[in-house]
Amino acid sequence: MSRNSALFLIGVAVVVALGFLMPWVLKNPFYFFAGYVVLQYVTIATGWNILGGYAGYINFGAAGFFGAGVYLSAFLFTTFGLPLPLCILAAAVFGAILGVLMGYLTLRIQGVYFAIATLGLVVVLETIVHNISALGGASGMAVYGPRPPSWSPGPSQYNFTVMLVIAAVSVALARFVEISWIGRGLRAVRASEDAAECSGVPTLRLKLLACALSGAVLAAAGAPYPFYTSFVEPVTAFSLIIGLNAIAMPLIGGTKSWAGPVLGALLLASVQQIATVTISSELNILFVGLVLIAFVAFAPGGIADLFGRRQGRARS
Amino acid sequence: MFSIDILLNAVVTGILLGSVYASLALGLGITFGILHIPNIAHPTLVVAGAFFVYTLTQWELDPIVAALIGLVPFYILGVALYLFYSSVFERRGGANVLQSLTLFFGLSLVVEILLVLGFGSELKSVSAPYIGSSLKLGLLTIPYRLLIPALLGPAMIAAVWLYLSRTNSGTAIRAVAHEERALSIAGLNPASVKRHAFGIATATAVVAGAALIMVGPVEPFAGRYQIGRVFAIVVLAGMGSIPGSLVIAIAIGIAEALVASYLNPSWSPGVAFAVLLLGLASRPQGLFGAAR
Amino acid sequence: MKTRREFHKLAVAAAAGLAAPAILGRKAFAQDKPIRVGASVSLTGPLASTKNGLIGYELWRDDVNAAGGLLGRKVELVIYDDQSSAANVPAIYSKLVDVDACDVLFSPYGANLSAPVMPFIKQRDLFMIGMFGLAGNDVAKHDKFFHSGPWGPNSGRDWARGFFDLAKAQGVAKIAIINADLEFSKNAAKGGAEVAKEYGMEVVFNQSYPPNTSDFSSIIRNINAADPDAIFIASYPADSTAIIRGVKEIGISDKVKLFGGAMIGPQYGALLGSLGPELNGLVNSHTFVPEPTMQTPAIKGFFDRYTPIAVKQGVEPLGFYIPPFYYVAGELAAAAIKGSNSVDPAKMAEFLHANTVDTIAGKIAFNEIGDWKERRVLMVQLRGIEGNDLEQFRSPGRQVILDPPSLKTGDLAAPYNKARTS
Repeated sequence: MSRNSALFLIGVAVVVALGFLMPWVLKNPFYFFAGYVVLQYVTIATGWNILGGYAGYINFGAAGFFGAGVYLSAFLFTTFGLPLPLCILAAAVFGAILGVLMGYLTLRIQGVYFAIATLGLVVVLETIVHNISALGGASGMAVYGPRPPSWSPGPSQYNFTVMLVIAAVSVALARFVEISWIGRGLRAVRASEDAAECSGVPTLRLKLLACALSGAVLAAAGAPYPFYTSFVEPVTAFSLIIGLNAIAMPLIGGTKSWAGPVLGALLLASVQQIATVTISSELNILFVGLVLIAFVAFAPGGIADLFGRRQGRARS
Repeated sequence: MFSIDILLNAVVTGILLGSVYASLALGLGITFGILHIPNIAHPTLVVAGAFFVYTLTQWELDPIVAALIGLVPFYILGVALYLFYSSVFERRGGANVLQSLTLFFGLSLVVEILLVLGFGSELKSVSAPYIGSSLKLGLLTIPYRLLIPALLGPAMIAAVWLYLSRTNSGTAIRAVAHEERALSIAGLNPASVKRHAFGIATATAVVAGAALIMVGPVEPFAGRYQIGRVFAIVVLAGMGSIPGSLVIAIAIGIAEALVASYLNPSWSPGVAFAVLLLGLASRPQGLFGAAR
Repeated sequence: MKTRREFHKLAVAAAAGLAAPAILGRKAFAQDKPIRVGASVSLTGPLASTKNGLIGYELWRDDVNAAGGLLGRKVELVIYDDQSSAANVPAIYSKLVDVDACDVLFSPYGANLSAPVMPFIKQRDLFMIGMFGLAGNDVAKHDKFFHSGPWGPNSGRDWARGFFDLAKAQGVAKIAIINADLEFSKNAAKGGAEVAKEYGMEVVFNQSYPPNTSDFSSIIRNINAADPDAIFIASYPADSTAIIRGVKEIGISDKVKLFGGAMIGPQYGALLGSLGPELNGLVNSHTFVPEPTMQTPAIKGFFDRYTPIAVKQGVEPLGFYIPPFYYVAGELAAAAIKGSNSVDPAKMAEFLHANTVDTIAGKIAFNEIGDWKERRVLMVQLRGIEGNDLEQFRSPGRQVILDPPSLKTGDLAAPYNKARTS
């Protein structure tokens, strides 16, 4: 293991440990409610970036994976009483399966076509949920979460810690993908798929793997959501906002390395959380739209590219 | 519960709705199909067109007249959009897909919010003497509310298609997609050809908007529900095949109407995408497009 | 840092069986501070049309403060925008309680947005007035939650029962039900189907359609093919317009006696104005109409002040459906605070459970889960509408109350086709 990796793992361990300790130090539950949302977006942005950033396959359907995770976990919990960790695991597996199915699409379609096909995924999944009565359809489903275990002071703190662990695992996974042979292969796919194929890169296997990992992370991000809101319904579970943020955050942070999405999500989600309880109006969304345009136009490499060039050079 | 008049009416309704979908997709057929610019903001521009028409109808103007007036400002808007787009990307030597998709995504958010700020988030509808009554032909009952926009769509499509296939500047637009360099050798400026094409594409949005708001009330976010359909139409028709898009749009309209009549209306939003996914998986170059 | 002190207070509070530490911690030194009332309102997003309720809150606050406040303290509103998304609700209410230290909470609009906050207030044992959430407390059964809306007990099934009572009186045997695939409509249709069954009616058609459906001709043809005596419709504003236009275009059987029920839209000025006479004959639910049996000086005074503000803000100018009940929410909170002489959730709730409160919407008494003891959802028939002028809806006789019997101002005109054209 390289020195960088050791440092990274220590950092992750410290963050996770803080996540277990913080609820006992910081008494005000509000920060855990708001923090949960920020961490959820860190996970979503990280998951999206595995496919979108490394392999260059744009997935407009992040909300589809997220919603699938939300509904699977809500269903498993209310019907079979599965504990939360198993719900998350099940959601991740389901997300991976959906991802592989989506990956087979890349056999036939690339570029914009792929992006648009993924948009369809959200609509198709949402339509299916609307028509399954066991999932409550449009009326939604009330989910009364489990009692938090004794190591956590309350449900909001428990959800926060769980989400933190998911986010940490996701970021570690993304970093592993990035620095391993998978990342090298995906970058080759991104540069030129035909050239990669010709020089012996197993492009299909790599793409399927990236789709599966990305899908698993996106679905896992949705798994604790039913316990956060105590209620799920299709409109918010498959919300366009999820899809928007999944793209906007990595793009603003930078798509080349794992730090970009994390940075973008921390920044944009925090601004959104603060905006919700301060300025709070249409201007909020207008702001996101303008920021998005500004970054695409003037800083296509994202924040990571603007400030982190030195770091990037040091690692490679 | 099978009866011939329900089937017949469902098919006719599908054809009418399909024609309206085709006019929504026309602008995208030009920007995405011919110029290869993935303008996902197009449905939102159509909604902006609908609001433009709504504003003029407040002064007792007919929606169709209002749309014709709107052609000029929307053409200029399109040219301005293209200038911005190209100034951002062309100097970097072309955009990658992610960046241009995101740019238009951001643009559609901005347009939506401007509409909300200008008009409020409530539904707006237009009235015209022919809205609210219907044409009876034997077993068929055809609302004028659908019939008029459904005629407007193909008329506009025919006009644009004739322009593209019969005039020199139209041929230049189609050529720019294939071989930009050849165009400049022939003494034409590719950038100005593209600008012109983008202007035309955006101008169609105001006519499509008039059609949309005649069919039913429109709110600022209504474009989102159309993104899937219009892309399905353009992609399945085969990029850039304008007559093909009319056929595909009508096929999707009929499929939706049949699903609504015989299965359950709540399945119909998935129809366009299900068709798109199946189509893409079986024939990625589209049904009417030439293989590239 | 007073963390430790707060921790001790928490322990004491928990021992006393009260789990509202953040509020208790501050209350001791807060006698002269304003009473804070926290709420989330959908200022943006698909439910933004409900934001006119905010005017109701603000008028109430101004009235209370003009009368010297509550318990000698001023009243202050803390309002956030939930953007019509349930995902924003948990963090907003935690902010209201844990950071802003609100004494009284009003729920977000409707059941979908309120559902996320129910476990929270139950677990923290907080006092809340519910805003229009159908059966909002039927699962949580929190004893400090009170509806400001008139849905009545067992509202998930019963709130639109008036429509079926009318149908039964007309001898309706076959009924058709359609609904939008959205929470409120879906629950209305589900409840409606149960009541219809209870009354021995046959449901000959029961379908849902996706939001943003703009063409109803095939659905209306299918309904006609099923040959019902009454049609119960649970729709949202866009579809309400499309359905009424569709009926005009396609036509409907002369056998249909009642048409409408749970359509959202024909309560609002925007739709009343744009459809005008096309609405004649419709039987639909409402919460307030200016009929002689409901009009009082108090509520008239409310609308006299509401209208100019609404016109200025560019929101719904009539405001019959939502705003009065937002004012009522304030009145309920004020009554509870005054009556119990405290802002303690348990005492406030105890007072509301034990007493009838007089509000601008009439006298209200609550059952054990905070529903109005008596359902007071109106079934009104729209009649005699001429042209598209909104002012006509401010005078009686345009929206005739058919049900409940205690407020009735006229009899049903049936069948629908006759009522529609006359």
